Amino acid sequence: MLSDITIGQFFPGNSIIHRLDPRIKLVLLLSFIVFIFITGNYFSLSFIFIFVLSVVIMSGVALKMYLKSLKAIVYIVLFTSVINLLYGRGEPIAQLGILKVTVSGINNAVFVFIRIVSLILISSVLTYTTSPTQLTDGMERLMSPLKVFKIQVHEIAMMMTIALRFIPTLLDETEKIMNAQKARGASMDSGNVIQRIKAFIPVLVPLLVSSFRRAYELATAMECRCYHGGDGRTRMKSLHLKKADYISSAVCVIAFCGVVALNIILPAAER
Amino acid sequence: MDNFIEVKNVTFGYKDYDNNNILNETCVINNISFNVRKGEFLALLGHNGSGKSTLAKMFNGMITPDKGEILIEGIRSDDEDRKYEIRSKVGLVFQNPDNQIVASIVEEDVAFGPENLGVPPKEIRERVDEALKAVDMYEYRNFAPHKLSGGQKQRTAIAGIIAMQPDCIVLDEPTAMLDPKGRAEVMSTIKKLNKEKNITVILITHYMDEAAAADRVIVIDNGDLLIDDTPKKVFSHVKLLKEHGLDVPQSAEIAYMLKGGKENDELPINRHRCVEYIVELLNNN
Ligand SMILES: Nc1ncnc2c1ncn2[C@@H]1O[C@H](COP(=O)(O)OP(=O)(O)OP(=O)(O)O)[C@@H](O)[C@H]1O
Ligand SMILES: [Mg+2]
Repeated sequence: MLSDITIGQFFPGNSIIHRLDPRIKLVLLLSFIVFIFITGNYFSLSFIFIFVLSVVIMSGVALKMYLKSLKAIVYIVLFTSVINLLYGRGEPIAQLGILKVTVSGINNAVFVFIRIVSLILISSVLTYTTSPTQLTDGMERLMSPLKVFKIQVHEIAMMMTIALRFIPTLLDETEKIMNAQKARGASMDSGNVIQRIKAFIPVLVPLLVSSFRRAYELATAMECRCYHGGDGRTRMKSLHLKKADYISSAVCVIAFCGVVALNIILPAAER
Repeated sequence: MDNFIEVKNVTFGYKDYDNNNILNETCVINNISFNVRKGEFLALLGHNGSGKSTLAKMFNGMITPDKGEILIEGIRSDDEDRKYEIRSKVGLVFQNPDNQIVASIVEEDVAFGPENLGVPPKEIRERVDEALKAVDMYEYRNFAPHKLSGGQKQRTAIAGIIAMQPDCIVLDEPTAMLDPKGRAEVMSTIKKLNKEKNITVILITHYMDEAAAADRVIVIDNGDLLIDDTPKKVFSHVKLLKEHGLDVPQSAEIAYMLKGGKENDELPINRHRCVEYIVELLNNN
C-alpha cells in the first residue's frame, strides 16, 4: 500500500531527458504549467497534451511508472471533473433533478481532466529522470539570486535532499510500526474515519521519536564527513549547459508559441 | 611503527542537568592512555555503556577530552582551525547505515565527503569510483540506498568515508544491524582496506570473532582500560573477560572448557587453531 507512493522516485537512465540540465528542466516545467493552463480551445489543449506524451515517451521510463503516479490521484481527478461537469453554465443538454449537464460543463470537465493529467505526467517526468541531488542542486542554483535577501538557499536545498532521501526509509518504518501495532491487536483498517485517525496515533508517535533519533545521528554523521554548510563546497556533477539544453529549450519555446498561436487563431471553447 | 593516534591521560564525562538544574557529571572515560600505530587493525571491546562510542567520537574531535589530550599525527584533536583536516584523516562509520547516507543515489552519497572538502569535480569523480571499487559496490553506483541490503548500505557508508582518503577509519559496531552475510561482507571489506590500502582500522564490536581477526585488542571497562594486548593473549583471560560481562570467541571458549576452566595464555581463537588444539589435547591424554 505505502509502496505505491512514487514521490521523489528516480529511475537512472540515459535518455535525452535524463541528460538535460536540471535547471533547464525546472524552468521548462514551470513554463509548461503556465502553458497548460492558458490553453483555451481543444486544438491547443490536444497540442500540448501530445507534446507531454512525447516527452513521457522520450524519457525512456516504463509507462507503468507513470500510470502508478496517475493512479495515486485518480480519484481527485475524477472528482474535480465530475464537479466541473455538473456546474456548467448555459442551456442544459441533459437534466436529472437539479443536476444538469451543459456544453460548457462538458468542456470544463475535459479541460480539467487533461490539464491535471498533463501536470502530473510532466512533473513525474522531472522527478523520474532527475536524481534528487541534481534536482535540489538545480533549485539551489536557480534560487541563488535570493541570497541577496538573506534567504538560506543552500540550507533549503540540503533539507530537500535529505527529505527526499528519507521518504522511502520513513515509509518502510511506518509500515513496520503499523505491523507491530497490528500484531498487538490494533485495528488500522476498520471503523469510521475518527476511529482510524485515532488508531494512527500509536503509529505516529514512535515514528516521530525515531525520526528525531535519525536526525540526530545523521547530523553527527554529516559533521564527521566534514559538512559545514554551502561555503567552499564543490559538486561532483557540476552543472553546465550543453547543446542539448539549448536545443530542447528552443523546441519548447516553439511549442509554447504554437499553443499561443492556436489559442489566438482558433475560437475558444465555450466555458 | 609510528604512532598515528596518541591518547594521553584522557578523562571525559557528559554534562547533564537534571530536573532541579543541578549539574550531573558522570565519568565516562577515566584517565585512559594508549597509542594507535599506523596501519594497525585495532579492536575495541567493552560491555554496553562502557564508553566505546564516546571514545570513537574523540578520535576525530567530535568530542574533546575534559582532561588530557588526543593527538592525531601530532595535531591536537581540539584544534578548531584544523577540525576538517582531522575529520578527513579519521573517518567515522556508525552502526545504522540508514542514518549515515545523505543522498538518494549511492555515488552521490559517496561524493558527499569530498564535496564538503572542496575537492575539484574531476577528482571527486575519480575518488568516488575508486572508493566504490574498493568496497565492491561499483556496480551499484546508480542505486537508491533503500534498494540495497544492509551489508551493501554499510559498505556504501564505508565508501563515503574512503572517498575522503582518510588514513584511519573508526567503525562503531558497523555489523550490529546486519545479517550474517552482510556481516561477512563488511568484515572482509574492512580487512581488505587495512591490508591493501594500509588504512589504520579501529573496530568497535560486540562480536568476539571479529575482534579475533585484529592485530591488537583493547578492552574498556566503565571508562578504564582493562587489557591492551594481542587477541590471542586477550582471549586467554577467559575468566577476567567473563567477570566484566564479555565473551570470548567460541574456539577459545571450547578450549577453555576442555581444559577444565584453567587459565592458559595460548588459547586458540579461530576454528582452524581450535581443531589443532583439540587434536593435540586428545593425543596427550
Ligand atoms: N549524549 C550523551 N549524553 C549523556 N550521556 C551519554 C551520552 N551518550 C552516552 N552517554 C552515556 O555515556 C556512557 C557511555 O556511553 P557509550 O555510548 O560511549 O557506550 P558504549 O560503550 O558505546 O555502549 P554500547 O556498547 O551500548 O554502544 C553511557 O552510560 C551512556 O549512558
Ligand atoms: Mg556504542
